[in-house]
Amino acid sequence: MEAVAPIPPFERFYEERRDEIFGYLARLLGRDAAEDAFQETFLRALRGYAKLEHGRHLRAWAFTIATNVAVDTRRKAMPTEEPEEIVVTDARPPYAEIEHLVGELPPTERAAVVLRYGYDLSYDDIGAALDSSAEAARAAASSGVRRLRRRHT
Amino acid sequence: MTGVPEELDRRFREAAASEALLDVAYDVTESPIGPLLVAASDQGLCRISFDPEPEHELDALARAFGPRVLRSSAPVDRVRRELDEYFEGKRQDFDLAVDLTPLPDFQRMVLEELVRVPYGHVDTYGGLAQRIGRPRAARAVGGALNRNPIPIVVPCHRIVGSTGSLVGYAGGLEIKEALLGLEGAILPG
Repeated sequence: MEAVAPIPPFERFYEERRDEIFGYLARLLGRDAAEDAFQETFLRALRGYAKLEHGRHLRAWAFTIATNVAVDTRRKAMPTEEPEEIVVTDARPPYAEIEHLVGELPPTERAAVVLRYGYDLSYDDIGAALDSSAEAARAAASSGVRRLRRRHT
Repeated sequence: MTGVPEELDRRFREAAASEALLDVAYDVTESPIGPLLVAASDQGLCRISFDPEPEHELDALARAFGPRVLRSSAPVDRVRRELDEYFEGKRQDFDLAVDLTPLPDFQRMVLEELVRVPYGHVDTYGGLAQRIGRPRAARAVGGALNRNPIPIVVPCHRIVGSTGSLVGYAGGLEIKEALLGLEGAILPG
């Protein structure tokens, strides 16, 4: 029987997640825009926190909110351009070979590749973060990687 | 990995409190009897702990008041100021709302009566039991005081044994003695 995952006090959730969420936003938006997006991400998390029913998948939940905030930020910054376009501007990657290239990918593939190879999230969690399924997340990540290989080999 | 800049962390904690998104805000404050953890809900001061390690309090605070518990200094600034004044001997009464809502009725009744024991005075467990109309409940009164979530401001240090012995204190007898000494209390017996 799976134990019910209790919802941790927000302080603990925040302390565990703040650094990687800030790093994620900095990669997606650049460091300056990441500061506002960081605050917005955790304020949104606080607004939703009381409505959570359990403490499972909190990491993916945090990435989901951060991804949405990043999309909104880009939309506001470039209202005339393709709205979902997220450009990776800070390329100091732990998965060095591909990260500087992921900016070329369409948004869903890019988020799937960054979350899978940059943050080691499971496909279940990435599916949750992208508001789709684990299968769709796996497909997006592998299609992203294939696209990069085609272009760069 | 890039850490969150301190200033950004501080700004978020401030915004969380000023947008009223917290069930409880807490911070650690220095005092002559050691660092204290102080916490406030939207109803008022809800915890003072002699153990300043937040990790030891977070779960209990979340259970009692809700999971949105965050360290943030502004909501407890006033508590900090009044405590400073108290320890400097410049304040005898606290002008702070307290939140005793999660407590069982009996304990709340005891603590609400306890607040009326004035600065520099002491009463006994039996005396307090009498004042709440439960003269035989001295032992239960002791239990209620022992679990007082807001010591110092809700002055359980002013309750002593009938012979004037200090009896007990959740923060340790030295602290009880120090607080009574600060207030210039004269013990019975």
